Amino acid sequence: MNHFGSVVAAYMFIWGILMVYQFTVSRRVSNLRDEVERLKETLGRGKSN
Amino acid sequence: MADETKSNPIGQVLASVIVAAMVGIAIYGAFLWAPNEKTMGFLQRIFYFHAASGEVMILAFCVVFIGNVGYLIRRKPQWDWLATSGVEVGLMFNTISLVTGPIWAKPAWGIWWDWDARLTSTFVLWVLYVSYLLLRRLIENPERRAVISSVFGIFAFLDVPLVYFSIWWWRTQHPPPLIFKSGGLSPQMLQVFLFSMAALSALMILMVWQRYELESLRHIVEELQVESEYRNQGGAK
Repeated sequence: MNHFGSVVAAYMFIWGILMVYQFTVSRRVSNLRDEVERLKETLGRGKSN
Repeated sequence: MADETKSNPIGQVLASVIVAAMVGIAIYGAFLWAPNEKTMGFLQRIFYFHAASGEVMILAFCVVFIGNVGYLIRRKPQWDWLATSGVEVGLMFNTISLVTGPIWAKPAWGIWWDWDARLTSTFVLWVLYVSYLLLRRLIENPERRAVISSVFGIFAFLDVPLVYFSIWWWRTQHPPPLIFKSGGLSPQMLQVFLFSMAALSALMILMVWQRYELESLRHIVEELQVESEYRNQGGAK
């Protein structure tokens, strides 16, 4: 038995799902950081007025 | 409020480099260092990450259980963040084991799937923790959400020992563990498997860490939004 295709498919799935998940978490973290900065700026402006 | 938005970038980069190196070594071991298995040949190389994913899935759900119990005892949101982070990461490893299993099973057993105790309980585990995440979306109040999901998480965790011990307790299509049995894995295969498990465990910890950071940022955004609304309604006068 060789089944090279099955092994490649399994490993592609593993690294595919891990990379997609990692990308979505990083993007969500980055969006939330931007949101925190935006809200802090808004609140800072409110204080100075 | 202390500036909680600043994470530990050097620590995370260093941890990422170490984890990436460990995963790279594990892949090298699985493809180039471990010998070909006699019966299944090259196909058996799926085992190193399929079985390791199953073990890491159980570890991640143990983290969830600790988070759930911790929240019910201490009532601090950090425990709830830990549990939620563990659920997402655990579900990913659960999905990996559920998908790579059939890819291996079809050429090895001649069937994609069998509703035996191991496979069924693993699938039920996936359904339970997907339900956990869906349940959280339905409840708006953070404290209520944390309490209900903690109770549900503890209930879901009851399936974890069933998954783990099913191959001992019932006759299953899924093979029993050959890891430490004589005539099971060769020493080189065992070393690769144990290293793959260590690499995926380190990856799981890193992912839970990053996911936890996301939860804490979400909490900060919610707090700032409340403060902003309060000011907009004239509370700052």
